[in-house]
Amino acid sequence: MEKFTTLTGIAAPLPLINVDTDMIIPKQFLKTIKRTGLGVNLFDEMRYDDNGDEIPDFVLNKPAYRDAQILIAGENFGCGSSREHAPWAIADFGIRCVVAPSYADIFFNNCFKNGILPVVLPQEQVDRLMDDASKGANARMTVDLERQEITTPSGDTIPFEVDPFRKHCLLNGLDDIGLTLEKASAIESFEAQSAQSRPWV
Amino acid sequence: MAGKTLYDKIWDAHLVHEDTDGTSLIYIDRHLVHEVTSPQAFEGLRMAGRPVRKPGNTIAVPDHNVPTWEDRAKGIEDEQSRVQVEALDANARDFGIHYYPVSDIRQGIVHIIGPEQGWTLPGMTVVCGDSHTATHGAFGALAHGIGTSEVEHVLATQTLIQSKSRNMKVEVTGQLPHGVTAKDIVLSIIARTGTAGGTGYVIEYCGEAIRALSMEGRMTICNMAIEGGARAGLIAPDQTTFDYVQGRPHAPKGAQWQAALDWWRTLASDDDAHWDKVVTLKGEEIEPTVTWGTSPEDALPISATVPDPDSFQGGKRDAARRALDYMALTPGTRLADIEIDTVFLGSCTNGRIEDLRAAAAVLKGKRIKDGLRAMVVPGSGLVRAQAEEEGLADIFRDAGFEWRMAGCSMCLGMNPDQLAPGERCAATSNRNFEGRQGRGGRTHLMSPAMAAAAAVTGRLTDVREFTSPAPEPA
Ligand code: SF4
Repeated sequence: MEKFTTLTGIAAPLPLINVDTDMIIPKQFLKTIKRTGLGVNLFDEMRYDDNGDEIPDFVLNKPAYRDAQILIAGENFGCGSSREHAPWAIADFGIRCVVAPSYADIFFNNCFKNGILPVVLPQEQVDRLMDDASKGANARMTVDLERQEITTPSGDTIPFEVDPFRKHCLLNGLDDIGLTLEKASAIESFEAQSAQSRPWV
Repeated sequence: MAGKTLYDKIWDAHLVHEDTDGTSLIYIDRHLVHEVTSPQAFEGLRMAGRPVRKPGNTIAVPDHNVPTWEDRAKGIEDEQSRVQVEALDANARDFGIHYYPVSDIRQGIVHIIGPEQGWTLPGMTVVCGDSHTATHGAFGALAHGIGTSEVEHVLATQTLIQSKSRNMKVEVTGQLPHGVTAKDIVLSIIARTGTAGGTGYVIEYCGEAIRALSMEGRMTICNMAIEGGARAGLIAPDQTTFDYVQGRPHAPKGAQWQAALDWWRTLASDDDAHWDKVVTLKGEEIEPTVTWGTSPEDALPISATVPDPDSFQGGKRDAARRALDYMALTPGTRLADIEIDTVFLGSCTNGRIEDLRAAAAVLKGKRIKDGLRAMVVPGSGLVRAQAEEEGLADIFRDAGFEWRMAGCSMCLGMNPDQLAPGERCAATSNRNFEGRQGRGGRTHLMSPAMAAAAAVTGRLTDVREFTSPAPEPA
């Protein structure tokens, strides 16, 4: 998994509550054999019209936000199904951090498995960042996971909470596999011993 | 201290690390891979720049999506199925794992070719992104299904993060009556324990009737452990197991064979082992069995009638009502009066040579009922070749069966072999869920011999009407 330490980038405002996983990535894109490549279909139904043409008003289609790396959103973000395709699509688009007052539980967990930091902040602070994000190309923010703070375009800092274990995993780019690989020496010695005791395996 | 079960022994032999909360890292000896549940796992490895830790212990084969018609050179019509199979081709090549492509005669259902090629051995841990991985437990191997993220975990680390299950013993005593097979045993067990009866347990099947089974029969039993809720089923290895394994392409040879044998002979539950749950069935009481509903636990002897939903308690009452509605059956109908449209002989439950022999023995010199659709889908290319050599293919063809290429076929509707809505099928597979064999299709599970008998009469049939008991060996 890709490490998450600090991230400086454009923040896109998406002032909607209850953004569900069908909105994030509609079901017709689940038959893929990949986790990658879903970025073009992120928010597909809000982003494209029936002819497949971009809807210019949608935030990620606006020139200022096409390379957004941070998403500021409303409460209960990511509700609906457990599809891991939702964080896959977000990450593939290039967004590595979401800021919202609250998240659906499974989506929240899935973010951490895919190198995405979901930051929880009180509504007032999200509102403030939403205003900042609305400043277009000037909406650059810095998210510092080590220090647990967001620096706004005006230079103010906003602290946030994060579970220490998940922070450790993100900072070091550790997923389940990464964690298991930390026990590589135990696996190696098992294999060495097994080569003696069960050489036919 | 109490002795150990077979499960305890295999678990202990594969424990890499145990956390204080009991979460354990278990070493995986064999990883079987098919096209449907693996693409994102390989993709994950690529994204992280990780290799497959033990490519030599990882075996891949396409089976779920492949068409089973004879001319497979023309490729797969369904775009998404084709892309999945092509992805497996590429992943196997790029990561250097063992591969049996569609064009290889050894290709077949993953749970059939693993044992056939000697990849599955006693005392091993075996996983696959497929719930019927339990099949391999027939060798006294700890085998279970895993999800896509776990597939990736095993590819990368050759281990799995696990918590230990509890021990359940299912004993089948005595001898089976004439006409009763492994499939009838396992359907009877599930009818007794229910589909959730094994949840949280690893089941060990034992007793005289189990011991008497061939490896094929034992695989049929363990295959359906998952249908009884257990993630894994086990049968202790014995001479029958060793005889089956010896000489297979990937089985140990020479001095290693002896060393392996020495260890395998210790793989039995101790007499004083502790069991969290015990179920006993009398072999003599088991009859040829069929399912009437939409859950494998909806199984009854062929001599019975369709049950009245009101005879059930609690939530099962509504479930039975819904099942009868879906299956278009009326309570009180004799099971042997239910007419069928289709017969499907195959799957990882009953697609092995012995299964084909049992069906062919019933079909020899007979014709399937006019208007019936019947297909035999051997579990692997090698099973198919052997059946041709033994003359079984001719018996099937002469009887009016379609003789197909190896694959999962009509066990599930992911390839072109599907039931039409309302079509009723006598099937040797393992799941009779709504829509499993095709949207609106109706499935009755049974043994290969019973399916063959049904093909001849066009209705669910007691195979004992067709065959007489074998004379007692002198
Ligand atoms: S034959 Fe059926 S149960 Fe077996 S692996 Fe294939 S689809 Fe699954």
